[in-house]
Amino acid sequence: MDFSFSSEQDDLRREARAFLEANPSPSMEQLAGLGWVGILKSDDFTFLDAAVIFEELGRALYHGPYLLNEVAGQPGDEVWSIEIDGYVPHLEKVARVLRPDMTAEQAQGETVAAVDDGLELGRVSRNGSEPAQGSWDDVRRRLLAGFALYQVGLGSKAIEMAIEYAGKREQFGKKIGTYQAISHSLVDGYVAIELSRSLAYWAAWCVAENDEQVDLAVASAKSQAGEAAVLACEKSIQAHGGIGFTWEHPLHRYYKRALWLEGALGYGRVHRAEIAQSLLAG
Amino acid sequence: MELRDTPEEAAFRQEVREFIAANLPDGSAKRGARRFEDDDRAWSQKLGEAGYAGLTWPKEYGGSGAPYSHQAIYLEELARAEAPSHLGVIGLGMAGPTIIAWGTDEQKERYLSKILHAEEIWCQGFSEPDAGSDLAASRTRIEDQGDHFLVNGQKVWSSFAHIADFCILVGQGLPDAPKYKNLTYLIVDMHAPGVEVRPLVQITGHPEFNEIFFTDVKVPKENILGGVGDGWQVAMTTLLHERGTLGFALSATLDVAVRKLIALAKERKVTDAILLDRIAREWIELQALKYTNYRSLTALQKTGVPGPEGSASKLVWSENNQRLTKLALEILGSHAQLTNGESGGDGYWQYQQLRSRGNTIEAGTSEILRNIVAERVLGLPRSR
Ligand SMILES: Cc1cc2nc3c(=O)[nH]c(=O)nc-3n(C[C@H](O)[C@H](O)[C@H](O)COP(=O)(O)OP(=O)(O)OC[C@H]3O[C@@H](n4cnc5c(N)ncnc54)[C@H](O)[C@@H]3O)c2cc1C
Repeated sequence: MDFSFSSEQDDLRREARAFLEANPSPSMEQLAGLGWVGILKSDDFTFLDAAVIFEELGRALYHGPYLLNEVAGQPGDEVWSIEIDGYVPHLEKVARVLRPDMTAEQAQGETVAAVDDGLELGRVSRNGSEPAQGSWDDVRRRLLAGFALYQVGLGSKAIEMAIEYAGKREQFGKKIGTYQAISHSLVDGYVAIELSRSLAYWAAWCVAENDEQVDLAVASAKSQAGEAAVLACEKSIQAHGGIGFTWEHPLHRYYKRALWLEGALGYGRVHRAEIAQSLLAG
Repeated sequence: MELRDTPEEAAFRQEVREFIAANLPDGSAKRGARRFEDDDRAWSQKLGEAGYAGLTWPKEYGGSGAPYSHQAIYLEELARAEAPSHLGVIGLGMAGPTIIAWGTDEQKERYLSKILHAEEIWCQGFSEPDAGSDLAASRTRIEDQGDHFLVNGQKVWSSFAHIADFCILVGQGLPDAPKYKNLTYLIVDMHAPGVEVRPLVQITGHPEFNEIFFTDVKVPKENILGGVGDGWQVAMTTLLHERGTLGFALSATLDVAVRKLIALAKERKVTDAILLDRIAREWIELQALKYTNYRSLTALQKTGVPGPEGSASKLVWSENNQRLTKLALEILGSHAQLTNGESGGDGYWQYQQLRSRGNTIEAGTSEILRNIVAERVLGLPRSR
């Protein structure tokens, strides 16, 4: 039993964090330059390597189709997005769209909504559908695990912002972090994220190994991490007071992304219903 | 990352399974409202003889010197069989590790092996009427009388004291010293003259903890752990172990509870979507706790220190257990709380639900644990 990343994966994380701190939303060309594009198609890497990148992308609140392109797993060099619950994220930034019926479309259609200033959603028009490669079950598993990892990264960052703020902001002559109403609330946010992190890593390992528990693991990870990331953002906004409620502060973008991800591919209860069915069968 | 057993771990798991199958007394898995008094001393002795009780203790103290991963496997297998755990909870989990860390060779020789073999039972005398969370406010007096210590005072909420042979006791050794440098930590013989135990009935109706009165109790000088005034540091060693640096014992207990919850839901043919949602959540929470413990365990094995994520195990476990046991009662239906009603079953859940309220109080209240995580893990400024 060894539930830790390898030293190469730890190096990859350090490299990714440093790079993304300097360039929070790199282009696909920049990511290709780092060797990250096509990582799941390469024999040199596994889903666990991709997992490290997905989590770091969440921390940086990366805007772009990288995660979707990787989990779509389609051949060729074009950039793909995936239709999720009827909408296609980053429609205008990609060439192709994978749909849950495993058809491939050209990325034509229109952008209809924006979650935040970095995530636009479009509707793809049916245009010369062709069969795509692989199975939706596999794509969905990778997506659920990938989203869970992204949410863990996002939620950690949101809580860290609040911890830092509570350690320096003073009211009534004391650091607000000394008040238990604040510190205990942040502990709960931190703990929820750490528990989800364990589930997300478990899910990533199950995907990498195609373990028999993979469906239970990805459902657990997505449902818990989805709720934990939202909780972490809400606690962070509260601990920041007025500044946390402004457009100027970055927190609202974390929060909106977390809310969207929580619902994408089903809110927690959808996954829990699947889990319950499997637990009570037999 | 490799979550499967290594061949060596798989072999150990198999060995534990065979041991349990061959030795677990019939029916103990099915026992209803099982309490520690009912626990089988013979079973604990078998665990001791087989080397399972002190798996990770060093060989020279009668342990098996096994890696922590074996401890995790052993506890998982006990949970899978719903087997009772070792009776000597305080000895194994608190007194033993504290003696290993702070004890003299003579103390290790005298006490450790008897803890493993459940020959001597221990209790913990920390809490007092006016010193609970604030342990350093202890008023129990420990006076140095030259050739012995003289102990006077009162302890409260002491589990197992009514069957204990020894007590780990913290009291005022240096009343004039500053707080946290004023305490002394002793091993006290519960059969010594002047020790009086009075059972206290818990919320469950069972007398499982006690008051202990110490009146002019003479304690030999060699029974001190650490030095006079070192009591706070020694007590921190005890509490670190009590709160489960590893938490595996806690996830194993929760594993049993989740298995029973799912069995109950099947038996009662639960179809209500809200109940199913809550059952699934408890299962997920168990996995989250278990894998968090694995992360902490791996960090411990690789670096010698457990990862910070483990420090919240007890906090999380206690709240999970409270939610889960209430959910079980809800599945049983209205009036479920009555053990003598028709819907109540064998009283297992009724006992567990009430008992679970103690989980957020014993071994550090949830408020104190949140303070600890806030200050030591998150690095927030101290509240006191
Ligand atoms: C089932 C059970 C078994 C036990 N077994 C043992 C045993 O074997 N040996 C032993 O020595 N003790 C034992 N205890 C006692 C237990 O350790 C104490 O009850 C616990 O430490 C709390 O102390 P207290 O009861 O004096 O409550 P208090 O410390 O008075 O606390 C009362 C309330 O105030 C809160 N509070 C206190 N300080 C703070 C703070 N700084 N910040 C925020 N909130 C605070 C607490 O969280 C709690 O909610 C047991 C308790 C239970 C329930």
